[in-house]
Amino acid sequence: MTSPSLPYETEVVERIQESPTIFTLRLRFTDPAYRAAFRFEPGQFNMLYLYGVGEVAISIVSDPDDEHLFSHTIRVVGRVTRGMAQLKSGDRLGVRGPYGRGWPLPLAEGRDVMVLTGGLGCAPVVSVINYVTRRRDRFRRLVIMQGVKHSDDLIWRKQYAAWGKLRDTQVLVAANVGATLWPWHVGNVTELFDQVKFDAPRAVVMMCGPEGMMEVAMQQLLDRGVSPDNVYLSMERNMNCAIGLCGHCQFGGKYVCRDGPVFRYSDVKPLFGIRGF
Amino acid sequence: METGFLPNAGLQTLLDALHQAGYRCVGPRVRDGAIVYDTLRDISELPQGIVDVQAPGEYRLEKSANPRHFSWANGPQALKPFLFAAREPLWRSGRDARGELRFVELAPPGESLAFVGARACDLAALRLQDRHFLEGAFPDSGYAARRKSIFLVAVHCTHPADTCFCASTGDGPRATQEFDIALSELDDGYLVQHGSDKGRALAAKLPLVPATDKQRMSADGDIQDAARRQTRRLPSRNLRAALFANLGHPRWDNIAERCLSCGNCTSVCPTCYCHSVADETALDGRESLHLRLWDSCFTQKHSYIHGMTLRPDTRTRYRQWLTHKLGSWHDQFGRSGCVGCGRCIAWCPVGIDITQEAGEICGGAAHD
Repeated sequence: MTSPSLPYETEVVERIQESPTIFTLRLRFTDPAYRAAFRFEPGQFNMLYLYGVGEVAISIVSDPDDEHLFSHTIRVVGRVTRGMAQLKSGDRLGVRGPYGRGWPLPLAEGRDVMVLTGGLGCAPVVSVINYVTRRRDRFRRLVIMQGVKHSDDLIWRKQYAAWGKLRDTQVLVAANVGATLWPWHVGNVTELFDQVKFDAPRAVVMMCGPEGMMEVAMQQLLDRGVSPDNVYLSMERNMNCAIGLCGHCQFGGKYVCRDGPVFRYSDVKPLFGIRGF
Repeated sequence: METGFLPNAGLQTLLDALHQAGYRCVGPRVRDGAIVYDTLRDISELPQGIVDVQAPGEYRLEKSANPRHFSWANGPQALKPFLFAAREPLWRSGRDARGELRFVELAPPGESLAFVGARACDLAALRLQDRHFLEGAFPDSGYAARRKSIFLVAVHCTHPADTCFCASTGDGPRATQEFDIALSELDDGYLVQHGSDKGRALAAKLPLVPATDKQRMSADGDIQDAARRQTRRLPSRNLRAALFANLGHPRWDNIAERCLSCGNCTSVCPTCYCHSVADETALDGRESLHLRLWDSCFTQKHSYIHGMTLRPDTRTRYRQWLTHKLGSWHDQFGRSGCVGCGRCIAWCPVGIDITQEAGEICGGAAHD
């Protein structure tokens, strides 16, 4: 039995600097057979191993139908990610995965889709936006809401502007601190719900970001008639094993790595927002 | 199923038969002032005439005139460290001159262990660890390799400590599961039961004589007495609901003023399974060992996530431990994570008593 904790070698095909502290790695498994067999769903994550340093859990940001490469967008926050930021094309990285449950994209087909993000944690839902825009006919309206602390924190700014020009697509962006030529709202993204045009009772909402922001957003959504069964959110907890054994990511009786990271809101509601869980 | 009576003189035969079958015997021995599981070659190494005195924050051994070998309650160790290793190498990685990586899985251990003297609480805990490490989507290969080659000789408990409460969790004092052979100790020998085919095969090698009704009654009486003598108990109500209805109970603050957040409770707990991983890199940089180490939800790092700690204080850490152990464990395993062994009470340096705290928090009006 091969240990589920064993990584496989990948090669960095491309490294993109997204912002001073955020970079994207485009990766490819070096074993062609393993590369061909690798499948994932948007919202799932991999464990990335930097040689001799350690592992981190990072969501997959690329399209699941891209057969050649997969991508991770990473923010420098700790020892491992600081090391990963030094990687260049041709460097090697260990990867195991994919793990967890992804976004409910089949459920969202034929319905309005809202994608809501706060802070810098937009990577997990950007995979959803890309998924929907590339398969536009399968979905109805697309509402993209993104909040950042400072306008400089918004990565993929041109993409947000481009998405705003697509049909049946609404882009609402907010920064707590704006800057010259910032075209969007200054304040909290949760202040923009009055501008949202969508079929609330049937809409599927996918959120990720700080839990405080998601709590506020949840209330706004419920007030507008969105069903708690149609709201999905991606949670983050410490992960060491990613396979439901190490105990770090427990959230009540659930493991974020195995039962999440994407949860239906009604499944996590009892403990959601309670400090210490 | 009962097999017969093993006179005291035959106990060494049991060890010898296990040795001959290729097992290293591990049993209770006195070391550093405590009864611990260690290699057992000869029955003279058993803690005969030794009794433990346990209380919240207290454990000591005393001499006793009792001639029995198993007339004591569990020490700090359970079976856990032998199956869920405190330090386990998982894989090794290497980097060559071109920067290419290779990952090599490390072979699981091949040793066969026979445990002599396992208690009912620890067998119940073993069942829970089996469910966690073996019965999920990703079985653990190291645990599986060790688990499949063990032999379990249980001894029904007749000497509960002051800290024990297995009768209230339903896990003891009589061993009812997992064992290959179970013994009831009497002054002149042991009633022998087998619980598996390999247990029956081993029992066939023992110098057994037919057991008498008097011996059976005496053995049953001792076990029933052991249940009756227990004074601690967990509240008999739905603790999952009661704990989660009391997340704002002032008692959590009161506990936090006493708890040192040292993690002793999680180390001695036979069901706690949290672990972390670490890398040990060779000084020349050519190899790195990826290890698993026991961890505890009482550490700061346990809930660390990109720049913040979700449980920054002792209150939230103790609450996490207790609400998991007695509450959300039901969601994951269909039962509580506590088997009533009482170790967390005795080995807590400040004597925090899980039964008392659960009673205080779940006993009155809800504080959500």
